[in-house]
Amino acid sequence: MTQLALVIDLNVCVGCHACVTSCKEWNTSGYAGPMTDENPYAADPKGVFFNRVQTYEAGCFPKTETVHFPKSCLHCEDPPCVPVCPTGASYKRKEDGIVLVDYDKCIGCKYCSWSCPYGAREFDAIEGVMKKCTLCVDRIYDESLPEERRKPACVLACPAGARLFGDVHDADSEVSTAIRENGGFQLMPEMGTKPGNHYLPRRKTRLHIHEDELVRADNPLKIEGELPKPELAEPSLDDVTSW
Amino acid sequence: MHPAFSVIFLTTLIGVGQGLLLALVAGQFYFVIGATDIHESGAFYGLGSLIAVAFLGAGLVSSFFHLAHPERGWRAIARWRTSWLSREVLLLPAVVGLTVIYGAVHWLGWNPVLVTFTNLKALDLTMATGFVAAAASVLLFVCTGMIYACVKFIREWASPLTVINYLLMGGASGFTLAAAYAVMRDSALGDFFAGSALVATLTAAVFRIAAMIRNRRLAPPATLRAAIGVHHADVRQVTQGFMGRAFNTQEFASPGGAAVRELLSGLFLALAFVVPAVLLLVGWLKGGAALFAAAFACQYVGLAVERWVFFAEGRHVQNLYYQRAA
Repeated sequence: MTQLALVIDLNVCVGCHACVTSCKEWNTSGYAGPMTDENPYAADPKGVFFNRVQTYEAGCFPKTETVHFPKSCLHCEDPPCVPVCPTGASYKRKEDGIVLVDYDKCIGCKYCSWSCPYGAREFDAIEGVMKKCTLCVDRIYDESLPEERRKPACVLACPAGARLFGDVHDADSEVSTAIRENGGFQLMPEMGTKPGNHYLPRRKTRLHIHEDELVRADNPLKIEGELPKPELAEPSLDDVTSW
Repeated sequence: MHPAFSVIFLTTLIGVGQGLLLALVAGQFYFVIGATDIHESGAFYGLGSLIAVAFLGAGLVSSFFHLAHPERGWRAIARWRTSWLSREVLLLPAVVGLTVIYGAVHWLGWNPVLVTFTNLKALDLTMATGFVAAAASVLLFVCTGMIYACVKFIREWASPLTVINYLLMGGASGFTLAAAYAVMRDSALGDFFAGSALVATLTAAVFRIAAMIRNRRLAPPATLRAAIGVHHADVRQVTQGFMGRAFNTQEFASPGGAAVRELLSGLFLALAFVVPAVLLLVGWLKGGAALFAAAFACQYVGLAVERWVFFAEGRHVQNLYYQRAA
């Protein structure tokens, strides 16, 4: 069974919000109509987003660690938002595991949003239906696009390459490998939702230079710098002369 | 959670209607199993059912104001296998229909005996219809309560007490209204309803206070560390990612602070339980339809405030992600 999902590398994300704006741009002009805004250019704006980038801080100033945290629908394998929908407008696709809302069936009761522990669903008050990340379902199967462009807009937009897209059930896929090798984890697994999306933790890569890497341990004269240059006629010796 | 007035009126109004239906059926059963030959007229039950239908209908109308697309409301019956909300949508019209039938068979006097038992008591058509309607009414209470009790991400709601309280508070308000109605019509059921309403009101108070005590002691269901998977001892949000408004910061936020909820909790304990109980007791001892009518009006207002507090005190797990607009 396929479970398409995102893997987001918290070690790479720089918090630039390119995925947020790219998601909004693609999906507001996508097949499902606009993601509406109220007062977009005035005071107190409100809008619908499928993807938000948040920032957290760990530790005590000045010894802190900043974590930029992109958050969208996790396309859970056991999505609590789906069975509670009274109309069946919320559903999980069997073929690829994407959780979607049928905007023509949604009655706007908002009950599904109460059943999401991640706050991934956002109600569109102007259109009166619940909206959420579609994993760019209108892009990823679009055969008119070149194959390498058939990815969610956020993945393509990320300048740092913090977002990977693929099948987390395929053990050989890029995303499964990244999860396996880099300590990938799910958000609030104790909620029993089995999120499809995974996150990769912050990992510090430090360069340790030991003294013997600065000074040639095999230098027989223990001298750095130019070695003596005997006359051409005299015999030369490796590591002893400069010729 | 943000308390929506449509849902406050829906749940309190249908609670009254369902409770009144339960009271009428209980009153009829009280006479059937009684030793005397006293019975109420068909018109008494017929008009009582009409009042119940009026409350249920008002609740149904109120529910449509909660939907952004009420014209698609009929679709909500589709997922009754998995969704308590869908089950409620199915049962509410069923209870209205059964109440109409219950009132109609009484009004028209269609009362053939269906079964006669060995003790010479008989089950007639009106009583049988009443049992079916009462069962549907109780099931509707369970559905309404389970809509909230099954949301495990709001720990204040995810408790059997939620279902019990919906049943008891709706029942109490229905019996109080039944007492007022019976006393106004000078019915022999007045005392039975007044006593039952008093017991139901006090029982409802006990379970509501139990829920309040439980909610004070609740630990948060998850931590910010689990929410973002950063297992540092000291993690905090710097920004939720936007400075404007959003659905997530409005729907899941409770208006007013803890002080407002405390104040309103005291208010609803007085209005929904203490004052009606006193009025019912005085009315029961001394008589007087006005006292019962006042008890019902006071209790309804109190239960509406209770419902507001019920919603406002629900704290959703997702609020972990929305702590700082910066």
